[in-house]
Amino acid sequence: MRMTTPDEDLALAAASGDGAAFAMLLDRHYDRLFAFCFRLTGARAEAEDLTQDICAALPAKLASYQRRAKVTTWLYRVAVNAAHDRRRRRATYVKASAGWGDWEVNRTETAIEDAAKIDWLTTAMQSLNDDLRDTLALVLDDMTHAQAAEILGVSEGTISWRISEAKKRLKEFKEKEDVA
Amino acid sequence: MSDDLDDLKAAMTSATPSPDGARRAENLALARQNFETLQGSAKPLRPTSENGQNALWTGVKTMLNTLTSKGALGATTALVACGFLFLTPTGQDLLRKPAPMTVKQETESAAKTVDTLRRATPQPVPARPKASSPLSELLTDDSGAAGLTATTSPADQPIVPANDLSTMQSSDTEAFANAAANPVKVVSEEPVSTFSIDVDTASYSLVRSSLQNGSMPPHDAVRVEEMINYFPYDYAGPEAGEAPFRPTVTVMGTPWNAGTQLVHIGLQGRMPKVADRPALNLVFLIDTSGSMSDANKLSLLKQSFRLMLDNLRPEDQVAIVEYAGSAGQVLAPTAASDRTTILQAIQGLGAGGSTNGQGGLEQAYAVAASMAEDGEVSRVILATDGDFNVGIDSPEALKTYIADKRDSGTYLSVLGFGRDNLDDATMQALAQNGNGIAAFIDTLSEAQKVLVDQLTGALFPIAGDVKVQVEFNPAAVAEYRLIGYETRSLRREDFNNDTVDAGDLGAGHSVTAIYEVTPKGSDAVLNDPLRYQAAEVSGDAAELGFLKLRYKEPGEDVSKLLEVQIAQGTATNSEAQFASAIAGFGQLLSGSDYLGDWGYAQAIDLATANRGADAFGYRTEAVQLMRLAKSLSGQ
Repeated sequence: MRMTTPDEDLALAAASGDGAAFAMLLDRHYDRLFAFCFRLTGARAEAEDLTQDICAALPAKLASYQRRAKVTTWLYRVAVNAAHDRRRRRATYVKASAGWGDWEVNRTETAIEDAAKIDWLTTAMQSLNDDLRDTLALVLDDMTHAQAAEILGVSEGTISWRISEAKKRLKEFKEKEDVA
Repeated sequence: MSDDLDDLKAAMTSATPSPDGARRAENLALARQNFETLQGSAKPLRPTSENGQNALWTGVKTMLNTLTSKGALGATTALVACGFLFLTPTGQDLLRKPAPMTVKQETESAAKTVDTLRRATPQPVPARPKASSPLSELLTDDSGAAGLTATTSPADQPIVPANDLSTMQSSDTEAFANAAANPVKVVSEEPVSTFSIDVDTASYSLVRSSLQNGSMPPHDAVRVEEMINYFPYDYAGPEAGEAPFRPTVTVMGTPWNAGTQLVHIGLQGRMPKVADRPALNLVFLIDTSGSMSDANKLSLLKQSFRLMLDNLRPEDQVAIVEYAGSAGQVLAPTAASDRTTILQAIQGLGAGGSTNGQGGLEQAYAVAASMAEDGEVSRVILATDGDFNVGIDSPEALKTYIADKRDSGTYLSVLGFGRDNLDDATMQALAQNGNGIAAFIDTLSEAQKVLVDQLTGALFPIAGDVKVQVEFNPAAVAEYRLIGYETRSLRREDFNNDTVDAGDLGAGHSVTAIYEVTPKGSDAVLNDPLRYQAAEVSGDAAELGFLKLRYKEPGEDVSKLLEVQIAQGTATNSEAQFASAIAGFGQLLSGSDYLGDWGYAQAIDLATANRGADAFGYRTEAVQLMRLAKSLSGQ
């Protein structure tokens, strides 16, 4: 019976303590959320981990849900923020390990070799900076520029600029690859 | 979708794997579990692998930072690196995987990861991550005798460089302001006791929140005077034409010691008619950092705000400035009668985003200054869960800034929300310097008390820099002890120095201070007489002592003096008795050793018998807390 309840009602019920509503809401969106995480991170393992982060933190975030937003919009915003947190921690982590001497240098070299084997899609996505990748991940998920703007908290114009920038970069990347 | 992206989209769609079934089930179960935990109580989230990672790195970094010798650093780093690489699953993953992928998610709890690290660490190196260790551990490290600022404040300890602070997002970073309990003093050596009044109530709310969550509050979280002053008392108020407050002194037997007496001093402030009060200018400076999104923070703040709005008068003005999230003014000064606009602005407050709020405090004060007109009262109300990143970095500069603004007529009050990283010490310091209150809001009924029932008192000072000085009569009193007010003590000479700041008394507020005094010749005298000093003091023993009060009328620079004799054996009353029950309760919670066999059961009896009218139910709640404490302490 609840299968037909709109997302927004489920989210409100969950925010006021309805565990069944929360479970149903998450079950409904899990696959889409995972796919989005994959686009954000470009690697399966990372995507699984990011999805786990989001699942773990979601109950606490429910309080910030407000009726006027679509659940997907809200959920994607949570996901983008979780991805930011993750990247920031990783940056600190890499920085923290940078002083560890030769071992670190060797490890980085191995990483470069490995990177060559990753298929062009992941490499292409990774050649973009975080902002561009987030934006592209949303737009590839059939979000409109307006929706993407709302999720990322920037103006619609910025989204359009970022998409054209991403296209430019991808084109350059492709040309370089064709030469090689 | 443009053509350029079509092939990318197609590639992406085909490349997107379907989620792993087992992980999916695990993750959904994890989410449900966290949901239940969150519903069941306000406990923090279960430690995830993220905390584990942080704890691990903080631990290693703490260790590296505490080592000073270069050789030791090199040797231990190598040892730890080897141990770390080969002995821990995380370390082995580091060897295998490329750099960007190395944050391998472990589902083990934080504790387990830290344990692994400990085992892998050579003996002489302390591996315990200080910043993320549980609060109890931090507190047991405390040597006990602390200064005004608690020694437990993690911010005081050089743990990691400032640019790595993001790794320190640990769950428990509460810091408390307290000092060692006032000792017993000998009247013949030190007959004068001086302190500033304290109208804060944050300590009581913290104690309540601990007890209701099923744990005894840390000793340092208990400030007895704040617990006593949490309750309204029915003391006689001043008559028209008198000073803005009236002192009432009661001398009664001590519940926990037959050989001593309590000198109970109650100050009752005048309650001006609400209609006569000057117009208010309120600037709310609201922390909208990500951590405020919890249900007991920003949403509670919004509800509290709505309650308060109903109690403002049409000519009052309200403005809102956000910081930490999207910084800036979100509501220009608006008349309180324009409810729709204000409510919309409140509703629109959202937690989230990174910390980029520079100059939040300056902006709030600038807005307040723009609203001020003659005869109006301006106040900045800072609402936060502990993120004091208000645009001024150094605590000293912050204090000075607030004190300057106080002198120019804009006061500051601080409302604390949530407990996980509440910085009680900073809250205290800011509110004391801003002549405001520091209140901790954990429930809607507490919001009701602070922002509605006592709104007038909280926002209108009727007497500034109120100082109390008691001189005991050595012919009547052998020893005395001030209960509470440890963080408010003043030097004797500061009493008459009008440039020394002290607490303000709000309209209709009451303040209570209690001394435990030992009459001359009592069996309960703790200190032996001295051999080489003339110990005998003769004189009239009819007076126990002499009470002096200094205060300033609002806006005045010169203080006025009030004097009252403390006579022997005044009859007791239920208000003073209730205050003494709370004083006893507070001392029990702070681990005082002056109470002998007197315990929670006796506190419950005394408080229950003296509940009085208790129109708002505060005293009944206190008795419930005593029962909780009794069962938690196992008495």
